[in-house]
Amino acid sequence: MADLSYDFIGIKTPNPFWLASAPPTDKEINVVRAFEAGWGGVVWKTLGEDPPVVNVSSRYGAINYNGQRMAGLNNIELITDRPLDVNLEEITRVKKNWPDRAIIVSLMVPCEEEPWRKILARVAETGADGVELNFGCPHGMSERGMGSAVGQVPEYVEMVAAWCKKHTDMSVIVKLTPNITDVRMSARAAVRGGADAVSLINTINSIVNIDLDIMAPTPTVDGKGAHGGYCGPAVKPIALNMVAEIARDPECQNIPISGIGGISNWRDAAEFISLGCGTVQVCTAAMHHGFKIVDDMKTGLSNWMDSKGYKSIDDFRGLASGNVTDWNQLNMNYDVKALIDQDKCIKCGLCHIACEDTSHQAITAGRVKGDRHYEVVDQECVGCNLCALVCPVDECISMVQVDNGKPYMNWNQDPRNPHRSAAE
Amino acid sequence: MGDIAGIAAGRLSADELSENFEDMYPPLDPRQAHIEASRCYFCYDAPCMEACPTGIDIPNFIRKIQTGNYRGSAVDILNENIMGGACARVCPTEILCEEACVRTAQESKPVTIGKLQRFATDWLMDKGEQPFERAAETGKHIAVVGAGPAGLSAAHRLSMLGHQVTVYEAKEKAGGLNEYGIAAYKVPHNFAQEEVDFILSLGGIAVEYGKALGRDISLSGLKEDHDAVFFGGGLGAVRSLGLEGEVLQGVYNAVDYIAQLRQSETKTDLAIGRKVVVIGGGNTAIDMAVQAKRLGAEDVTLVYRRGPEAMSATHHEQEYAQINGVTIKHYAKPSKILSSDGVVTGMAFEYTAVDADGRMNGTGETFTVQANMIFKAIGQVFVPDPVTESAACLDVREGRIVVDDTKATSVPGIYAGGDCILGGEDLTVTAVQDGKLAAHAIDEYLKG
Repeated sequence: MADLSYDFIGIKTPNPFWLASAPPTDKEINVVRAFEAGWGGVVWKTLGEDPPVVNVSSRYGAINYNGQRMAGLNNIELITDRPLDVNLEEITRVKKNWPDRAIIVSLMVPCEEEPWRKILARVAETGADGVELNFGCPHGMSERGMGSAVGQVPEYVEMVAAWCKKHTDMSVIVKLTPNITDVRMSARAAVRGGADAVSLINTINSIVNIDLDIMAPTPTVDGKGAHGGYCGPAVKPIALNMVAEIARDPECQNIPISGIGGISNWRDAAEFISLGCGTVQVCTAAMHHGFKIVDDMKTGLSNWMDSKGYKSIDDFRGLASGNVTDWNQLNMNYDVKALIDQDKCIKCGLCHIACEDTSHQAITAGRVKGDRHYEVVDQECVGCNLCALVCPVDECISMVQVDNGKPYMNWNQDPRNPHRSAAE
Repeated sequence: MGDIAGIAAGRLSADELSENFEDMYPPLDPRQAHIEASRCYFCYDAPCMEACPTGIDIPNFIRKIQTGNYRGSAVDILNENIMGGACARVCPTEILCEEACVRTAQESKPVTIGKLQRFATDWLMDKGEQPFERAAETGKHIAVVGAGPAGLSAAHRLSMLGHQVTVYEAKEKAGGLNEYGIAAYKVPHNFAQEEVDFILSLGGIAVEYGKALGRDISLSGLKEDHDAVFFGGGLGAVRSLGLEGEVLQGVYNAVDYIAQLRQSETKTDLAIGRKVVVIGGGNTAIDMAVQAKRLGAEDVTLVYRRGPEAMSATHHEQEYAQINGVTIKHYAKPSKILSSDGVVTGMAFEYTAVDADGRMNGTGETFTVQANMIFKAIGQVFVPDPVTESAACLDVREGRIVVDDTKATSVPGIYAGGDCILGGEDLTVTAVQDGKLAAHAIDEYLKG
């Protein structure tokens, strides 16, 4: 059976599934319940300076999709609203009672060296395994010069990371905000600051809905709303891309990554790990279904690893990142055509209308003995995949490679490219 | 019917009866409707649309439910089928739209189009809104005979097109079989009359009740007094078994009994036998058998002379009868009504077999079923007399009125639709379509 344990920058965890710094990790009672359910670690909800912040009532909003609740979740809750001492006392006790689990403490204090030095010293006394610098929260705290207000300025990221490395022996993870144009800039800054790892993504600036009756965003606080942080299954593609960008960036120097963003099951986790992540952090899925989901995550990942012959996380970690490349490196001679399995076709016509209305007019709609019949016109098919994506029947439309005998040729080599390099 | 041996009213308590005649299927709530609507693939050239006799744009109305555009959804439905509410309840969707649904091919589980249609049309009707407007008055006046689905559909569309309409109805209420003929649990809560009111709320339509063609009015007279006539009469007579004793106490026409049942508010006044036999294989037979059971009959046996696939009641309907405790016996034909002192005691049957040429023959073997009541539901026939008077004699073939594609009869200016026409399918939905098509044809005809 596959070994799910992992050593992430010296932090030992029995499995790669951590709960992200968020409402589920605000209190001892929650964290203990999570450990009882089998989570490998938690990132304790962000601590700040006393006096603690005050949170508003009405905090979450969600995107429902086709009757499915919470495809995306939005949150305007701030960092912990409990006194620092209470949190530290609980962290100390939980770590003592659960020594085999990873406990990382998320931190957010003003962008000055002294507050960071002070809080790091307090956290070190708890026995926690590491700290995560919250440079990501896009709402509320950023108005006070913290959270994403720091994370959006690479110089600040580097500076604060360096302070933290200077003032503590604990591992330092920098949590990155996605609310930037190029995540590599902040990741590189974290590397320059000496951070042991990065975690990403934090939540995305968002207004999740407008209530058309009261003409205000949701969640609505007494008739008004503020932008919040977007998370949940809907953000996974954005997170995967950002993870991949960092994983393949030479300047990021293979900095360890804890992946975050819409991870709801073992498959999502495996995808993040395949792009290089050593651990993954989960929040929305747990908030939706409770902590028990970790059981499927662990057994699902383990069973899949067994089926592939991977014995440890490192056996497949990063295997996909080498296959993420720039567009100009793609093989221009690769050619696929749609092929419809007529026996599986249920005659919905979606492939036809998608291609006809919005693509390349490469699927005809006709009748054969009165029955609807859809046929690919190979000459017109550019191999875009749209028909296979809209087809509601598994394996009915496949994209079949055309054996054209042509060698690999990227866009830089392609004679059709007016700007191709002269190297050829 | 008298209170004779084995036949009595109130076999069940008022509460039990009221529960037994409640909605056959509960309506979808908004959340259920959204989830069901999201199962629709929004097919291009959707097979369900082709299977709908009224040609409703089904994927479009379902998508509008999904987005919360309920009004848009209901208008799409009602624009093609003004009795979309009734059809959502009574259409045999399992042989129409839902059979054609691609999810039937994919996973034997169609989108429940009928329930979704009900969701949308109920929403609009609950608002009490008439979504359609009448065009400018044309000054034309059209007579409609019969206030059943065909007649009401024609009347509504004709009025929308700007014509004045007078509907002549022989009975005291409009709605036709929706009011008098369909099982009560399919259209409970006075739905048929609510739908009639909804249709008439368009305006421009007067209804004269108690006016029967051939008795109070004539086709030639109507033609004389109006610019055009639409005939939407139903099937006025019931087939007989051709056995001795059909007039005995205890032998009934199912349609008459159902009409009485439908007009009873509490069902506590309906006498039903302990042991009931229903003869026939159509929806009336099923409706009768199930309702007998729900009135409290102990044993209900439905006997049909051929096999299950030959029954005009759908497989779904047959199954529904069976889960309601009706025993269905196939391949048997009535041979004798058994009685004692002029009161029915049972029925003798002869087993049948169908030969290679499809002919059904008795096998000579017999059996008897005890019965206090025998219901005949072996089909209804059109009575052509009122439409074949010499002054306005419509072409009638195989006992039904001959019409062309536009529903025009052989007499210019007279149109017909519904169960009375040749090729009529005995379905509400086709009757509505006939009325709609005829209305447009009449409009064209009047424009000259």
